[in-house]
Amino acid sequence: MMKMHLVQRRKWVSNPMANVLEAQNISVQFGGLLAVNNVTFNIPNKSIVSLIGPNGAGKTTFFNVLTGLYKPSAGKIVYGDREITDLPPHKIAEIGIARTFQNIRLFGLMTAQENLLVAMHSHLKAGITSTILRTPKQRKEEREAEAKAQEILDFAGVGKWTHEFARNLSYGDQRRLEVARALALNPKVLLLDEPTAGMNAQESQVFIDFINKLVSERDIAVMLIEHDMKVVMALSQRITVLDQGEKIAEGSPDEIKNNPRVIEAYLGKPKGARK
Amino acid sequence: MAKTSVSNNVTRSNRKWIIGYSIAGLILFITYQFLIPWEGLPLGIYDAVYQWMPPSAINESLVYVIMALGLNIVVGYAGLLDLGYVAFWAIGGYCAGWFMSEFFYFLNIHFLGSVPAEAPGIHINFWMVLLIGGFVCALFGILIGAPTLRLKSDYLALVTLGFGEIIPQVFFNGENFFGFNISNGTKGIVRVDPIPVGVKDLGPFDFGWKLLIFLLLTAVMVFISLRLRRGRLGRAWLAIREDELAASMMGVPLMRTKLASYAVGAFAGGLGGVAFATHVDGVYAERFNFTISIFLLAMVVLGGMGNVWGVILGAFILSWVNGNGLTAFGQFYNDRFGTEVDFASFTFLLFGLVLILMMLFKREGLLPESRLKLMLHEDELDDEDASGSKKKVGK
Ligand SMILES: Nc1ncnc2c1ncn2[C@@H]1O[C@H](COP(=O)(O)OP(=O)(O)O)[C@@H](O)[C@H]1O
Ligand SMILES: [Mg+2]
Repeated sequence: MMKMHLVQRRKWVSNPMANVLEAQNISVQFGGLLAVNNVTFNIPNKSIVSLIGPNGAGKTTFFNVLTGLYKPSAGKIVYGDREITDLPPHKIAEIGIARTFQNIRLFGLMTAQENLLVAMHSHLKAGITSTILRTPKQRKEEREAEAKAQEILDFAGVGKWTHEFARNLSYGDQRRLEVARALALNPKVLLLDEPTAGMNAQESQVFIDFINKLVSERDIAVMLIEHDMKVVMALSQRITVLDQGEKIAEGSPDEIKNNPRVIEAYLGKPKGARK
Repeated sequence: MAKTSVSNNVTRSNRKWIIGYSIAGLILFITYQFLIPWEGLPLGIYDAVYQWMPPSAINESLVYVIMALGLNIVVGYAGLLDLGYVAFWAIGGYCAGWFMSEFFYFLNIHFLGSVPAEAPGIHINFWMVLLIGGFVCALFGILIGAPTLRLKSDYLALVTLGFGEIIPQVFFNGENFFGFNISNGTKGIVRVDPIPVGVKDLGPFDFGWKLLIFLLLTAVMVFISLRLRRGRLGRAWLAIREDELAASMMGVPLMRTKLASYAVGAFAGGLGGVAFATHVDGVYAERFNFTISIFLLAMVVLGGMGNVWGVILGAFILSWVNGNGLTAFGQFYNDRFGTEVDFASFTFLLFGLVLILMMLFKREGLLPESRLKLMLHEDELDDEDASGSKKKVGK
């Protein structure tokens, strides 16, 4: 077990690109359940990497650890040159790790614009007094934030819904708005939890193009949890497979496709185990 | 599109209300200051006004409005349940009792006060005491909030409930608080200084002019509420009310943001407390009881959580019913039918009924905030979607 990790680790150290995020030997325990078991996962700069695995494998839990929602029972997380294992969620978001949710969690009764402005909260400065007095500085800050929000909304393809309540948007648009909201944090790492769930083939293709454009235009790395293999294969530079909390394989899309353990994890179980 | 206009409504500029509010306030003021005392006014009208809506009742209602607007920031904006808001009312009241009366008779401190310099006690200018009361309460809001806001909302409600019980008890038994007299206990602090407004000092019976002052304080609270809600902090409060976990994942510091709502809400409690002390010309510990907290909460709920105009309406109606309306109605009814029903004793029965009926038929309140209305009504249509997609993490 240990040995396998060492081997993989060397592989990534030898990669010329530095890692923006390194999760080292992470374990998460829920009572008697080891939801994540000694998983090491690195995200290289400006890369697109995927985490796949059957339902209940611990993928979302791993996201929750990276974003500070759960503290790991073992292991540490390093972001850039800084250890962030013990930082509170809002700090982790502020320094540049943003996420979306498997079940969309927009602020439904706030407008699309407000959703993004909430995500900019930590980057805005206005305090109680300057907001009450509407100082020129506060107004300028608000104007600029609104303009930036619009830019991101346009970029994500939901620019026409600026003043619409999030919950009134179509399902696909809500997914896009959630990505836009995460981008409003100006993150270095974007974690997407099943972003194409419920999308049709055409919408998924639009999404693939969107993510490719995102990574090529911005200094950002994307980590994807995804069930749609077409999306995973099209986007990922590296795929990691989780099964029952353990990392069972890691490699390029081609390597993963032909890995017997992966095939077993996916096909060797009753069909009901998958979504 | 209809949908869009709903949301635009929310972010609309708030300049217009100031004009409407000023006109309405001025009419109210002129009516009470000049029209009612006018000799030419038919006696019937005069009597009716004094039976149904005397000047003191209007002023008292406004004090409730100020407090309810403060509680609205905590409950309506940030979605935190606070069952002990009366504590801030008490603390604000005693700030007035301490800093603008003869209570500390062994001292002689004056600062732009409204009484002769030889008067004993601490006599600080009313407008400053307002600020002092506000800030002392904000400080207490932070002190009580810091250890408790981490709690889940049910526990938070319990702790605030305890806080709302303890603080008034401290004052109630405050004649000997570790050897110091901080409140005169049950005797209360009788007489606080008049309000200096430059040309005149407003004593306990200058209802008309004090109406103007309370209207001003209410306007300040409305202004603060609307401005904050449209800004960075207000958005964060709303986000917390919508989905606390998602808010924290988007970089909103939960503790600090909730504390800010507590502090601003408590500040309003302080304003209301000081205003109330000048209204009743004293501070009486037995008045600050638990029912006031519930009463204020009912005002926020009745009017429409989150919408300042709804809250103002709710506060006005409930405090009027409680303070004057029910008694006046009872008098009217008993005179008419020769009965002797004590209507005032049914206050809480009535409030209970009103709350239950509201919850059954109009959960969003009389003048709901548009988003809340949308939420509550769509919940009826697709309950599953609303709760299922929001309250769970991940899987
Ligand atoms: N907060 C929690 N408390 C207890 N068990 C949890 C919690 N979150 C997830 N789990 C469990 O951990 C396991 C992994 O869940 P999850 O990470 O959601 O899987 P995936 O996203 O891969 O489908 C599941 O068995 C799930 O029931
Ligand atoms: Mg999941």
